[in-house]
Amino acid sequence: MIPAQFDYVAAESATHALGLLAQHGDDAKLLAGGHSLLPMMKLRLAQPEVLIDIGGLTELAGVSVDGEALVIGATTRHADLAASDLVRAEAPLLAYAASQVGDPQIRHRGTIGGSLSHADPAADLPMALVALGGSVELLGPGGSRTVSADDFFLGFFETAMQPDELLTAIRIPRRPGVPWGYQKFVRRANDWAIVGVAAVDGRIALANMGPKPLRATAAEEALAAGASAAEAAQHAAEGTSPGEDIHADREYRRHLAKVLTRRALEHETA
Amino acid sequence: MTHIEMTVNGDKRSDEVEPRLLLVHYLREVLGLRAANVGCDTTSCGACTVLLDGESVKSCTVLAVQASGHEVTTTEGLSGDGELHPVQAAFRQNHGLQCGFCTPGMVMAAVGLLAENPHPTEAEVREGLEGNFCRCTGYHNIIRAVLAAADTEQGQANAEVSA
Repeated sequence: MIPAQFDYVAAESATHALGLLAQHGDDAKLLAGGHSLLPMMKLRLAQPEVLIDIGGLTELAGVSVDGEALVIGATTRHADLAASDLVRAEAPLLAYAASQVGDPQIRHRGTIGGSLSHADPAADLPMALVALGGSVELLGPGGSRTVSADDFFLGFFETAMQPDELLTAIRIPRRPGVPWGYQKFVRRANDWAIVGVAAVDGRIALANMGPKPLRATAAEEALAAGASAAEAAQHAAEGTSPGEDIHADREYRRHLAKVLTRRALEHETA
Repeated sequence: MTHIEMTVNGDKRSDEVEPRLLLVHYLREVLGLRAANVGCDTTSCGACTVLLDGESVKSCTVLAVQASGHEVTTTEGLSGDGELHPVQAAFRQNHGLQCGFCTPGMVMAAVGLLAENPHPTEAEVREGLEGNFCRCTGYHNIIRAVLAAADTEQGQANAEVSA
């Protein structure tokens, strides 16, 4: 399968990329690892007229510490995130989530900024960002703004990012030693989650239980009120709206959400 | 058309290509390197796996323009002076193939895996090859081959058993 024709520009800096976005508007798409965008383009689900390649911008890659937050550049690859000593120490759930994306080849190309921008409700990193209470930094013509994970994901493949904005970095609260649990139910190697659960420090996020990564708020409230893992997990599917597909119907997904939430809470590691 | 320059199997290459040209098509159709196969064409099966700057990638999901300025290695680039690469030799010795379609991708994924983890456990080999499908389901011998190629006691033992 071959993508439709497009013009290609390798951005020389984030500012350059922003200028190109302003110039081309809706006709342009940003390209980094391309592991969400290129498959869509090959299927002609996306047909941008201009691709702005930010994959080579070192200013947008890497992990650093800023006070109480870990700052992760948007073009940091899944493989680098999973292998980062800093991320493994300060936000181990994120490092683990990155290690669960696709397969080694995909993790060598895919970037965290790309995965979050793509906003697939079944994906690992959007769920991890919601569970960790992280935020994203968006750079636009009017400057930079920070949007929390809960406000960033709006719906099915839809985020609060505007067409003229560039996701530059992700901020994650540093929480060394805090217990976390992660459960991803798949039937095949390198597949998307049929249902996923990420739990850390009283927050629980669900993948593929609705049009976007969701908080299991009823289960969180039960935990806060002193319920056991098993009791709290019984509330995990409340307020969710899972879809149906060849892998699972709604009832089965609701059942999985409860079971996986219990496992995530019972098997938390620090 | 966009100008690209990259090193493929040690040779410097430069071409004018359409930006939408996929790396796997550049390798197969422009350079005539046909080891990397197009299998699923959807980033799933791994038959098109090559090394990009020494790391395994699926070349059906990389644009040739994205590889410009970088180093690409295909299965053709593994063997030198008529000698098989140790991973290729181990695949032959352990019969790590049936129909052979997935083999170039398996070999490149294995070379990439061993570069990152020279002493993998069997479980790490299985996990490390999760991006490569063998539809003959010949996985057991493939795992044996990778372990044999690895410089591990387990690999050496497997190699002796097979000999």
